[in-house]
Amino acid sequence: MTETVSAPALEMRGITKRYPGVVANDGIDLEVRPGEIHALLGENGAGKSTLMNILYGLATPDEGEILLDGTPVAIAGPSDAIARGISMVHQHFMLIPVLTVAENILLGEETMANPVFLDRNEARRRIIELGQRFGFEIDPDTKVEALSVGWQQRVEILKALYRDARILVLDEPTAVLTPQETTEIFAVLRRLAEAGHSIIFISHKLYEVLEIADRITVIRRGKVVGSRIPSETNEEDLAELMVGRNVQLVVDRGESHPGASSFVISDLHVNDDRGHEAVKGVSFEVRTGEILGIAGVAGNGQEQLVEALTGLRQPSGGRVELTGSTVTGRGPRHLQRAGMSFVPGDRQRFGLVLAFSVEDNLVLTQYDEPPYARGFVRNETAIDAWAKQAIAEYDIRTPSPNVPAGTLSGGNQQKVIVAREFSREPVALVLDQPTRGLDVGSIEFIHKQVIAKRDAGAAILLVSAELDEVLELSDRIAVMYRGEIVAMLDGPTFEREDVGLLMATGRREAVESVAVATAPPPTDATSADGEGGT
Amino acid sequence: MLRKAWALAVVPLASIVLALLVGSILIIASSVITTGSIDLMLPIVAYESLFEGATGISFLTVDNGSVSFDFAIDGERAARNLTSTIAATSPLILTGLAVGVGFQAGLFNIGGTGQVLIGGFFAALAGAAVADLPVPIAVAVAVVAGGLGGALYGFIPGALKAFTGAHEVVSTIMLNSLAAFVIVGLVNDVFKIVGPSFARTADVGNAALPILFGRNGHLGILVALALVPITWFLLYKTTLGFEIRTTGANPSAARYAGMSPRRLIILTMSLCGLFAGLAGTLEILTLGYYPAVFGTTIGFAGITVALLGRSHPVGILFAALLLGAMRAGAPNMQIQAGVPVEIIDVIQGVILLFLAAEVVVRRLLRIKTAAPGAVAELDTVTKTYGGERAA
Repeated sequence: MTETVSAPALEMRGITKRYPGVVANDGIDLEVRPGEIHALLGENGAGKSTLMNILYGLATPDEGEILLDGTPVAIAGPSDAIARGISMVHQHFMLIPVLTVAENILLGEETMANPVFLDRNEARRRIIELGQRFGFEIDPDTKVEALSVGWQQRVEILKALYRDARILVLDEPTAVLTPQETTEIFAVLRRLAEAGHSIIFISHKLYEVLEIADRITVIRRGKVVGSRIPSETNEEDLAELMVGRNVQLVVDRGESHPGASSFVISDLHVNDDRGHEAVKGVSFEVRTGEILGIAGVAGNGQEQLVEALTGLRQPSGGRVELTGSTVTGRGPRHLQRAGMSFVPGDRQRFGLVLAFSVEDNLVLTQYDEPPYARGFVRNETAIDAWAKQAIAEYDIRTPSPNVPAGTLSGGNQQKVIVAREFSREPVALVLDQPTRGLDVGSIEFIHKQVIAKRDAGAAILLVSAELDEVLELSDRIAVMYRGEIVAMLDGPTFEREDVGLLMATGRREAVESVAVATAPPPTDATSADGEGGT
Repeated sequence: MLRKAWALAVVPLASIVLALLVGSILIIASSVITTGSIDLMLPIVAYESLFEGATGISFLTVDNGSVSFDFAIDGERAARNLTSTIAATSPLILTGLAVGVGFQAGLFNIGGTGQVLIGGFFAALAGAAVADLPVPIAVAVAVVAGGLGGALYGFIPGALKAFTGAHEVVSTIMLNSLAAFVIVGLVNDVFKIVGPSFARTADVGNAALPILFGRNGHLGILVALALVPITWFLLYKTTLGFEIRTTGANPSAARYAGMSPRRLIILTMSLCGLFAGLAGTLEILTLGYYPAVFGTTIGFAGITVALLGRSHPVGILFAALLLGAMRAGAPNMQIQAGVPVEIIDVIQGVILLFLAAEVVVRRLLRIKTAAPGAVAELDTVTKTYGGERAA
């Protein structure tokens, strides 16, 4: 670590930022060299965002200094940061869909022909040239809404390059991408680094960090707890640094013992809000004691499928059966009484009432059932007792059962939902993005709970945009593409690349080869288990 | 608990203080017009006489333009003034609840006025019909009729919203006009009695609210006061209250939890109408008949009461008490300080303005964060979620 080949492009020294009650950053040192891809790794709330906000001028540090090319600077705000060559690519793109690529890039950084008119030709020329230099040629006149998510991200990067960014901060850039798109964007990032740009890559996906980064800095509770070079570390080591204890990254799934079909969906059609058919005749069944995963790029009808299955949306056709009785089009209350539990994908919209106490949220779907209500009067003693038990059992970190759920971290909010829904002893369990945005510690916990429910005999339907989650937990995988199930894959193990290809292309020809390649005899599951354990 | 109450109350309290300051500027300005000289002490004198009018407690004497501190309580006067204050407070509690309970469910009930009129009208008709029955029966019949009339008039916009998505703000405003004009027509025609010099309905006779204490301490006061803890219990201790509050705080989560938004919208609006109808009932059963010209501002004042009381029954009680005291004390202010009673409406309006511009008040007084877990009345006022159609 003593080599000083070149002066660091960016140095943050002893950055400390205190908020009332918390030290968000506690003497953080970060050094990024020119042409380096530097990964910043940490759990939610570890202080990554605060640090990047300080770099981007959105927050002022209480202590410490920032040096660019060895010179101390005070960054006054985002426009100052951009002027100094620091750009940020947000997780949620800041693009205007109806404008063209060139127009989006020019917003806020107008290239003028004269004081009145834009110089569109010059802008177009520069965009094409930048694209060619970094290997992603793009037509500047394409409307952004016509671009895939992966290409929209490239427009964001182009925006930064157009502003002569030398330091690029990418906040969870792969969260919305398919594996193929991720590979492509990594190639772009490498080329940028070769051209001398410095990249700060924020992520919680360990294998990605290992693949792309030159150096990794791990932050925990506002402090730098370690710095690693990918060749000298592995996922387990990084996870332990990040969480501060030994973490089981891939839960031991064990053998599944599927029983009878308990949740049967036949030829289900569902429309989206605009009346377009989003789910086009989907049929599958979930057996007791198994986890059926639905893989697919977001927006291929999974959302509407889940809403139709959980009573939040009326299907336009087809049939849903739960433990032998038809429940097509029945509302949430009926389904809950019939033994279904549902962990919704948008926990703040559906799963919780943020203004209500943790306690009230823990009974949100059972508030009128005994013992939580006696007649029409709520039984606060019983609610309180259950809340204390749930908080202990599900390790919900909250100062008390009476604080509003909105004050909890995302992981703990999700644990509130999981505690509530899992405690109902469901016969069918629908999980929509059960670990979205959570840190590894919480993911591990929730995954273990899911497996436990499966082994207790629940029929579990798992929908997740995280392919890894689907791959790790599912006993079978259905791949959804444009409203249809294009492949049904049998476990226990799956080829990541094959599933990714199916998600991206929906090609049925690929299905056969995958099915042949991955279908092991059902009795021989032990070897796969051994593989998962190591 | 105390800290939470303070977090909820700080903006309303600040709004009251700021509105009184704005009011004093207006009082000074008006003194320039009426007397031709600037009287900087006038606001203090006016507010003191307002306070005295409401409570009977005086702490200033004005003698030839010089103001001196002089604490005095006249027991008899205090009892009389306080009774008037409570009598003026009770309908405001009810219209405050009529708006506040709506806010709890995310509904903005502007229809208080119409529900007050219909409630009062139903009470007047029922009261006249049973005017000769024994007092307890007559009163009970008239009160129930008035409450049901209001509830029915709340049910209509509720059902319209639940089944067609018609926004309650629009439909209740229209229903307000409808109620006012239809009743005026009926009182001038169908229900007009022969005798009095102006058009009015028949006397309610034995259905008039019995006076329990003082000059005007009537039974309705007890009804209004009793509804405060009852509503609190309903909202915070029952499953129905939980459903109402969940619908208000997060309608999507309510649907997810298996609650029926349609049922809750209709139920809550009917409940709001019931409260407002009872307020009209109180007014009419103390007056004794329904006059063709029945101008009442208690319906709209309910909006101020609910916002000032943060939609919490206890907050509504205090807010109604403040507005009731101002109404009861205003005539004394006009007599003693020469400040017109209308200044009360101005202050009430300014309070509402500051409450609605909560952000401004927070900036002005450097109040940091909103109270966690509070009912978001202003979101309901500003946002129209008619888009969140009941399914």
